[in-house]
Amino acid sequence: MYLNDEEKSMLNGDFGQAKKWAIEHQIKVGKFFSASKFVNVSQAHMMVDPESIGQAGVIFLENLVNKGAKVSIPTITDPRGVDLNYYKPLGQTEEMAEIDRRTIRACTSMGIMMTDTCVNYQTIMPPVYGDHVAYGDTGVVIYSNSVCGARSNFEGGPSALAAGLTGRTPKYGLHLDENRLPTKRFCVKYQPKDLTDWGILGAIIGKNLGSYWEVPLIEALEVIPNSDELKHMGAAMASYGSTPLFHLHKITPEAKNLKIEKFANLDLIDINSSDFEALKSSFGNKGDKIDVVVFAAPQLSIVEIQKVANLSNNQSFKVPVIVCTSPQVYADSIRMGFIEKIENSGAKVLQGTCFYQQYAREIGEANSWKRLLSNSTKIVNILGGYGYTPALASMENCILAAVKGEIV
Amino acid sequence: MRKIFKCHPGIGDKTEGIVLCAKDNFSARYDLDRVKGVFSRPQHKLFGKSYKNKILVLNESKGGVASAWMLYEMKVRDMVPKAILFNKANTILAQGAAHANLTMCDRFIDGDITSLLKTGDKVIVDPSEGYIEII
Repeated sequence: MYLNDEEKSMLNGDFGQAKKWAIEHQIKVGKFFSASKFVNVSQAHMMVDPESIGQAGVIFLENLVNKGAKVSIPTITDPRGVDLNYYKPLGQTEEMAEIDRRTIRACTSMGIMMTDTCVNYQTIMPPVYGDHVAYGDTGVVIYSNSVCGARSNFEGGPSALAAGLTGRTPKYGLHLDENRLPTKRFCVKYQPKDLTDWGILGAIIGKNLGSYWEVPLIEALEVIPNSDELKHMGAAMASYGSTPLFHLHKITPEAKNLKIEKFANLDLIDINSSDFEALKSSFGNKGDKIDVVVFAAPQLSIVEIQKVANLSNNQSFKVPVIVCTSPQVYADSIRMGFIEKIENSGAKVLQGTCFYQQYAREIGEANSWKRLLSNSTKIVNILGGYGYTPALASMENCILAAVKGEIV
Repeated sequence: MRKIFKCHPGIGDKTEGIVLCAKDNFSARYDLDRVKGVFSRPQHKLFGKSYKNKILVLNESKGGVASAWMLYEMKVRDMVPKAILFNKANTILAQGAAHANLTMCDRFIDGDITSLLKTGDKVIVDPSEGYIEII
């Protein structure tokens, strides 16, 4: 792997032990993927929730701080595991909160901005076409690659941190033109009707692909999806398939002028209404009792929060309802009166967290929550492994179910 | 005759152990109870099985970025497989292995590693040289 003089100096320890660790880590990863060199990145986005990093991860971060670690490019964070204003009522412990506090202290000392969001492309600073970035959170990466035309691999926490410290990442995977071309075609024969449908479409495609190294070209969409719809589709595709990039024929930047004849020999898969029904049917049935309703994964945009607020207004929920959003959207939602409307119905809006990243297993056990209903196709995929029996419904039906205590 | 399968050079130290194999994919977040050290996702083909100290052999890595931190956290608690072999690793698992110094290999030239190995095989994994040997 080629190193320029600056990179050699980092490796030599001339820029301190923290950058030395970072570039050593990146070289190991680069060699694994046969990267020939590094590429500069404009931003890093790090997943660093306390459940994932644990005590070991916090100690690692604190050691880096002690070695003088400072990020060299704008570096932001994914959702936290604890809303420090509201954790005891969820059954989260002081120990969990303390890991979170220590993580925040360590990250802040390194110059990392605690944005605590997985919708930074809607709220912070979206990357631009051709922009090389080092993003964590699979939903962030797939949106940034596909919708913005930026270039990022899935960067796990340690790698995103390393990129923040060195300002670069090994040039492999989605940083290379040849890995961004379609490998399979999908023809959409049933047009998605709501956010959940868009998530299901992403899930169907992701399940079919099942690999980081496949790129779908999605054809025959009759509408241009909005940002929230693309967010749900991408997050589900990445969750079910480990997929980091999709192209929407004639819509997304790298597929706008794409000549379909060049890809005529690729497998073409039809997606019909029966595929949507098949996926839905594995997640709950009408009349099933529910223990909790969750709106999260990804965090809600201001537009989604407004919709939840309007649907919740003057309702009285029989089961707990948890809504997760970013601190940026939360502040606006307070100002606009949305939080009040939602919480008057008995729901709780958390800021800077996302349900599955906040000790979902322990929260479930502490509150005896097992049957969980959500409009997020991503979250119902994840939470099966956390001891839940997840169910899927539209946002409107989730609200009605919360009022009734069962799936409508 | 030695039974050796060549692969792309991997990450981590040379190790040996007993194979736990399935034709399924892998995510530390989606599939594991990391406290108990078992597969906890009911739909996973290794559901209920302990992965501690095993040479885990699976098809591809999947899902979220959390696995990168999680491998390190599991390694520090000594609740971790000895090695993970994939047909194809995604970036997250490779980064996690690099951070945790966990042995990981993928891209086997002899074919599908989940067919070439079976649960119970005793193997040596040499990531630097890029091979697996059944012993």
